[in-house]
Amino acid sequence: MLAGYPLLSLAIWLPICAGILVLATGSERHATLARWIALLGSILAFAVTLPLYPNFDTATANMQFVEFMAWIPTYHINYHLGVDGISMPFVLLNSFTTVLVVIAGWQVIQNKTSQYMAAFLIMSGLINGVFVALDAMLFYVFFEAMLIPLFLVIGIWGGPRRVYAAVKFFLYTLLGSLLMLVAFIYLYFQSGGSFEIIDYYALPLSLPVQILLFVAFFLSFAVKVPMWPVHTWLPDAHVEAPTGGSVVLAAITLKIGAYGFMRFNLPITPDASHYMTGFIVTISLIAVVYISLVALVQSDMKKLIAYSSISHMGFVTLGIFLFNNIGMEGALLQMISHGFISAAMFLSIGVMYDRMHTRQIADYGGLVNKMPVFAAFLMLFSMANAGLPGTSGFVGEFMVILAAIKVNFWYAFAAATTLIFGAAYTLWMYKRVIFGEITNPEVARLKDINPREFGFLAALAVLTLAMGIYPEPVTKVMHVTVDNLLAHVAQSKLP
Amino acid sequence: MNFALSDLMPLLPEVFLLAAVCGILILDLFLGQDQRYITYILTLATLAGCGWLTFSTATGETVYTMHGMFVDDLLSDSLKLILYFTVAISLVYSREYIRVRGMFQGEFFTLTLFATLGMMVMISANHFLTLYIGLELLSLSLYALVALQRDSAIASEAAMKYFVLGALASGMLLYGMSMVYGTTDSLEIPRIALVLQADIGNRMVLIFGLVFIVAGIAFKLGVAPFHMWLPDVYHGAPTAVTIFIGTATKIAAFAFTIRILAQGLQVLSPDWQQMLAIMAVLSMAVGNIAAIAQTNFKRMLAYSTISHMGFLLLGLLAADTAGYSASMFYVLAYVLTGLGSFGMIMLLSRQGFEADRLEDLKGLNQRNPWYAFMLLLLMFSLAGLPPTIGFYAKLAVLQAVVHAGYTWLAVVAVIFSLIGAFYYLRVVRLMYFEKPADMHPLSPPADMQVLISANGLAVLGLGILPQPLMALCAYAMERSL
Repeated sequence: MLAGYPLLSLAIWLPICAGILVLATGSERHATLARWIALLGSILAFAVTLPLYPNFDTATANMQFVEFMAWIPTYHINYHLGVDGISMPFVLLNSFTTVLVVIAGWQVIQNKTSQYMAAFLIMSGLINGVFVALDAMLFYVFFEAMLIPLFLVIGIWGGPRRVYAAVKFFLYTLLGSLLMLVAFIYLYFQSGGSFEIIDYYALPLSLPVQILLFVAFFLSFAVKVPMWPVHTWLPDAHVEAPTGGSVVLAAITLKIGAYGFMRFNLPITPDASHYMTGFIVTISLIAVVYISLVALVQSDMKKLIAYSSISHMGFVTLGIFLFNNIGMEGALLQMISHGFISAAMFLSIGVMYDRMHTRQIADYGGLVNKMPVFAAFLMLFSMANAGLPGTSGFVGEFMVILAAIKVNFWYAFAAATTLIFGAAYTLWMYKRVIFGEITNPEVARLKDINPREFGFLAALAVLTLAMGIYPEPVTKVMHVTVDNLLAHVAQSKLP
Repeated sequence: MNFALSDLMPLLPEVFLLAAVCGILILDLFLGQDQRYITYILTLATLAGCGWLTFSTATGETVYTMHGMFVDDLLSDSLKLILYFTVAISLVYSREYIRVRGMFQGEFFTLTLFATLGMMVMISANHFLTLYIGLELLSLSLYALVALQRDSAIASEAAMKYFVLGALASGMLLYGMSMVYGTTDSLEIPRIALVLQADIGNRMVLIFGLVFIVAGIAFKLGVAPFHMWLPDVYHGAPTAVTIFIGTATKIAAFAFTIRILAQGLQVLSPDWQQMLAIMAVLSMAVGNIAAIAQTNFKRMLAYSTISHMGFLLLGLLAADTAGYSASMFYVLAYVLTGLGSFGMIMLLSRQGFEADRLEDLKGLNQRNPWYAFMLLLLMFSLAGLPPTIGFYAKLAVLQAVVHAGYTWLAVVAVIFSLIGAFYYLRVVRLMYFEKPADMHPLSPPADMQVLISANGLAVLGLGILPQPLMALCAYAMERSL
């Protein structure tokens, strides 16, 4: 019934068109209009992605909702879209997050409102494009184009060191992606003139070539994830970005890196992936353990959550490179769950920052006396961030640890330390911010959250709990795709 | 010698331009300063007339005329049409700029037209001597144009440097041509190709000549290590002339390179490929690294040109039709972006104020978000980021170079383009992240507003749908080589 509608094209172009419309409202005089158009556009864009879920065929690993059109015939580049069990949840997650971001920026952004809202809407469309593109060049175009609005968002509305953070973020990510471009061009000639990602899956490649391609892809995605030791752009970008920017960065763009591993590294270079497993697992575990320790000593809340994100993403890469289906599905669940939790944490910090204009933990204390409802929400999200059973944070981590134990006890041992460290840094932060005596007179004047803030925090709280208690609706769409991917990776592609 | 009138048909645009420019030259003597706009309109009309003549006499076939001195093929027709467009757009951008600087004179327009004629001759040359005549007509007009502001010391210095180095390069080129003539006994380009195909002859002398020719070409393109003149000339010349040197002449230089290397000396491609590879790497290195240190926007764009010409060589050194059409696409993408960038400098300039420092771009987003957005698109196109035309230009040449087996060169190229991204980002940073220092309202003339918006949107539009232009480049190259 919906097969006739180009849902994926709508998911890409609707927010972009809405963004252009918002830009057209122009100056600050029409800021309210810009906000409403942005809200309407983002809700509409989310609404068009919703039918993807009920109409998704969970019994096949093939691409669904496929759209195909020749785009640049000279180079055999096609406008080819489609989703499978790996990419579909991210389209939904991304479109949902955009609505939150628009609402979160409603009152806070008073400077160039229309540009702010437009940047997020356009970025949302481009990110959907990244997830649904089945043509390597189309993927690349979205992958790079996405950087432009994010660069502007960090640079224009960010904190004091925003310029440094924006440039660092941009150049880091560009470094990786340019090598990927060369890899694509190489694959184009190897495959006899095709940019179809699927064509690359069946392409026999020798091990040295696979390793070089793996490294090219790895660099571009590892920077995005970000993996230790190329993670250093993230704390800067996160801290300086406005709340909405942090949310999109953490909830969505980090996932693009892990998605890239599943879409490119594993199926195109399976032998190299096996060859490099030890290395990837090692740096993933370093991220899990070492970055957790780094998070422990942060005095800035946003930085703390940024480091916690890196550590959580370590779980994701660990899960992917264990090559079994619990690990892979655990990684996917962890990505989606982290999308909710990190969004919630950054939005909560945003709630506090809007009132106090500081992110230093030391400036807070005793918040529970003034903001009890907020304290309850933050409690839930902190617990989820620490991986408490019953929240979505637990499911993914537990599955990855389970998968790790099958492979090597010590992997699992190192990974499991996160349950301690994660609890330590999150709950310690929570204790210092929420409990204790009110020492700062500013805190004494605080008011609890308003209905707008209650709305988005409650939505995220429900999702976090729902996924923690009953993750089946999410996992059922990925089963077949993940099995298919693992079967593919198990086969050698050496000629 | 007997001429048939039909021999002149392919030459019609050149003949018309020459006649028109002589007419304008005389008419201009009788015009007062307040009637000077007539010269301006006649210049644009002449270009439009040339466009019409080129378009209507285009057959798509390759026609040789004047005893093999001159060729009219699809490549020359398409490049000439783009050339008229480029010159016309740069004149519209320049009008206000030269008016407030007292350069709104007949000389400016007639010299521009003479330079255009020179470029047309270069594009259509089928003979080394025709090439050389076209090149000299272009160069001499340019020397004069650069020095047009007599009172400006910096412009005179630039003109002097340009002249001395340009004459040296022309000399090298002639010397190289004479050596090729010595071994092949011909100056006619297709015949040289035939002779070389049959028998290479004295290879030693030939390669010697080739080195000189390549050096001459490199100078005209502005490729390292023959790039020294470029930053000074770009900086010193009035921006109205810089835009001309920075865009239109690149089209002619490209045609010139194709005529000599691809049509004449294709057999020697293993030899010149190596030279181009070295120069390409050097240009990308010098251009991108030196640009970081610039504080002057025009100088930065000059170094950016050097690096872009390095990229252009990547396409050429693939030495096949796909590579040539990739570099043709690259040139056109560069010309389109260059027009907008220099146009933007003139848009921001006003009487007694030259907006050519990077600082002058500060806070442009607050002064005028639309122009800031246009310049953002132009800068991302120069940096080669999708979804702008610059990305596809980069993709096309990288593809050509990987196809030719130089994957390492592609890796080097992307690393330098990463370095390049840094200084293009700096422009964006200044426009968007800084507060404006100068709050003068921007009020460019309406035609310029429309054109510069169209220019910026074309960079984006051709980035989203690059197929027509790519197909044109591929088709023109296939039919003409």
